[in-house]
Amino acid sequence: MSATEAPAIGLTHGSSEDTGLGNRGPQSKSIVVPYGFWLFVLSDIVLFSALFASYASLAKATDFGPGPLQLFSRTTVAVETVALLLSSFVCGLAIIAAKRKSLFWTELWLVVTGLLGLVFLIIELSEFGHMISIGAGPQRSAFLSAFFTLVGCHGAHVTAGLLWIGTMIAQVWAKGFRADIGRRLLCLSIFWHALDIIWVAIFTIVYLIGTLP
Amino acid sequence: MTEERPDLANVAPGEPHDSLMSETISYVVGLGLALLLTGISFWVASTSALWGPGIAVGLVVLAIAQMGVHLVFFLHITTGPDNTNNVLALAFGVLIVFLVMIGTIWIMYHLAANMGPSAELMNLQMQH
Repeated sequence: MSATEAPAIGLTHGSSEDTGLGNRGPQSKSIVVPYGFWLFVLSDIVLFSALFASYASLAKATDFGPGPLQLFSRTTVAVETVALLLSSFVCGLAIIAAKRKSLFWTELWLVVTGLLGLVFLIIELSEFGHMISIGAGPQRSAFLSAFFTLVGCHGAHVTAGLLWIGTMIAQVWAKGFRADIGRRLLCLSIFWHALDIIWVAIFTIVYLIGTLP
Repeated sequence: MTEERPDLANVAPGEPHDSLMSETISYVVGLGLALLLTGISFWVASTSALWGPGIAVGLVVLAIAQMGVHLVFFLHITTGPDNTNNVLALAFGVLIVFLVMIGTIWIMYHLAANMGPSAELMNLQMQH
């Protein structure tokens, strides 16, 4: 089929090979798989929007317990933010290296991505531990329940992402740059970038607007 | 056959460009802009030089700008014809996010405001 036979999308009638999907047929897996994962990530963001909405509704229901001003440290949050942002950036470098099938650089950047994600997670968990130890756990007030649900859900996603990064380091090492491994790496990068986008909303709404004087 | 008609092709979100240079530059520019916007956000939240009631709105605007930077430079969402499907899915996602958030905050604010003194007793509106 020459290029001139498909002047525009939709003008497919009369072709003997009409599949109902345009006479180009369905898209290749390298498009369909990341696109499907993009749809999952967007629905995950919709899930987070519900958690944000409940947090915004309950942020002032502190039941005379500790509020954001007593609990949150902006310095800690700034360190977390930079760690996650650099992790997202390095994840992009890993995808660039993977496209060039450079085993060394792909593995190195993936390890750095995972380590920066781990730094983020350790800081977040120590923050949670400190809050629970001073009696500001999720059962203290509606504000704290909403806080731990929202930020904890993001932390759970980061944990899942770290397991995924570890899996991909092993799979790239053991199986090389096969087409399916490339698709998994791309999906991982979409997931990791999306987590950073959600974190932008969290540090703005929960930590910065929450601690305005 | 998409290879024959690049103008009709689709591209996956986050798919790297063909040129190593332009791809790396895209990520470095994205990182720079994201760091800049994050820095401005933390400065705006800490300074006393700005008009107090406007700070929260400014922070939301900065956050939306940073999300745009992430989408464009890290996930490579563009306005090009090969990105139409990605943009449409994103637009629908953003629509639902705004419906859920604005709808909830609107309803819950009025619900709390109409509860009268019991809302205060339940500490729904009191910070301390």
